Amino acid sequence: MYLPDFEYYIPKTLGEACEILAQSDGEARVLAGGTDLLRDMKNDVGVPKALVSLKAIQGLDQIAYVAGKGLVVGAKATHNDLAGSSLLKEHYAAIPETARVMANNQIRNRGTVGGNIVSSVPSADLPPIFIALNASVTMIGPHETRTIPLEQFFVGPRRSVLNCDEILTELIIPDQKTTGSAYLKLGLRRSGALAVVGVAASVVANGGRIDHARIVLGAVAPTPVRAFKAEQILVGNSVTGALLEEAGRAAADECKPISDIRGSAEYRRDMVRVFTKRALCKALQLPIK
Amino acid sequence: MMEGIEHTTSGDKRYAIQLIVNGDSYDIVVKANALLVNVLRDQLNFTGTKKGCELGDCGSCTVLLNGKPVNSCMVLAVEADGCEITTVEGLAHNDELDTIQQAFIDHAAVQCGFCTPGMIMSAKALLNDNPHPTEQEVREAIAGNLCRCTGYVHIINAVLAASNKDKKGV
Repeated sequence: MYLPDFEYYIPKTLGEACEILAQSDGEARVLAGGTDLLRDMKNDVGVPKALVSLKAIQGLDQIAYVAGKGLVVGAKATHNDLAGSSLLKEHYAAIPETARVMANNQIRNRGTVGGNIVSSVPSADLPPIFIALNASVTMIGPHETRTIPLEQFFVGPRRSVLNCDEILTELIIPDQKTTGSAYLKLGLRRSGALAVVGVAASVVANGGRIDHARIVLGAVAPTPVRAFKAEQILVGNSVTGALLEEAGRAAADECKPISDIRGSAEYRRDMVRVFTKRALCKALQLPIK
Repeated sequence: MMEGIEHTTSGDKRYAIQLIVNGDSYDIVVKANALLVNVLRDQLNFTGTKKGCELGDCGSCTVLLNGKPVNSCMVLAVEADGCEITTVEGLAHNDELDTIQQAFIDHAAVQCGFCTPGMIMSAKALLNDNPHPTEQEVREAIAGNLCRCTGYVHIINAVLAASNKDKKGV
């Protein structure tokens, strides 16, 4: 299997990269790990005329705490960078845990955080947990740099608000109080499988009462979606099995799954109920029932 | 824009790159769309690296890129410029097989053999990082390498045996 011809650029700065993208009239794509992009090109799904490599641009793969900003993850950090980050393990263990259930080891060594977000695939594993943790993304363009909540980034399957002359440079997880967070994935295999359903939850609880909850569903709508009704059911109430079940049922009602080769809409909906309950248990550090 | 290394031959751009394969440096000229697996096999003759699905699913083409296992079918050769690559040919020294290769033979972990080079590279990367893995860690490390013959049991036994051999210092 061979790739079609394309122009290849390897700029040394983000400014230079944006300029090349701006001059390409939407015909260029940014190349980072290539695990989505090269696969699409081999499958003849949208072959770009030019690739703009981020390889020579330094400093985009850091995972660091920046005072006043939060935990900053560079767009070029790989899934295995997330999986192995002691900083993330200490503050948001759910993120390395999510990275470890993605694809397989070879892909995790190449695939990047930025790529997983920008591809905007509804079943992507990282967006739900990042949205549950209220993360933002920064995009740099030829004229301006903007930062928006990740929740507002996705528009539809493989569609986002990223303009064709913009590059996603970093993801920011703001400082927050959280009792715990979790992402649980249902795949048809443990490795190398897309999510049939993915549920992320982040909660703040005090003395058994839930003060704050964010639940994000993946692979059951055109974009990752918040389960707002389920969140409302939880807030202000004491944690009981019945409450978590009710939240699970609400999340199942809210999602808009499709039927495809990996599962029917009905199955996905019921698994949202089960996995919402389990993700909440895990975030609350309760035994999963 | 790799400075000073763009070549034009019959209108197509070429890029002069350097790959360090199994410790030897190769200065080669490639097109931007050349995949690392094809350059290794066709241009440099490292045909131990196999091509299976060519979509990053099967792991037959696994090589170590700066020490980490990657699917060489999903890496542009230009993107590997300046990198160290280890293929299955780089494991044996003189006529002595690497411990992991010998363990695959001793434990009948090879049937048709097509997945073996990739499987061995994933196992080698695991043992480099974690010389005494658990069975679960072995299973996770080779999860990106599909074998349609063995059912994996002999392969897992071979990797565990290689790690135990290492433990005794044999």
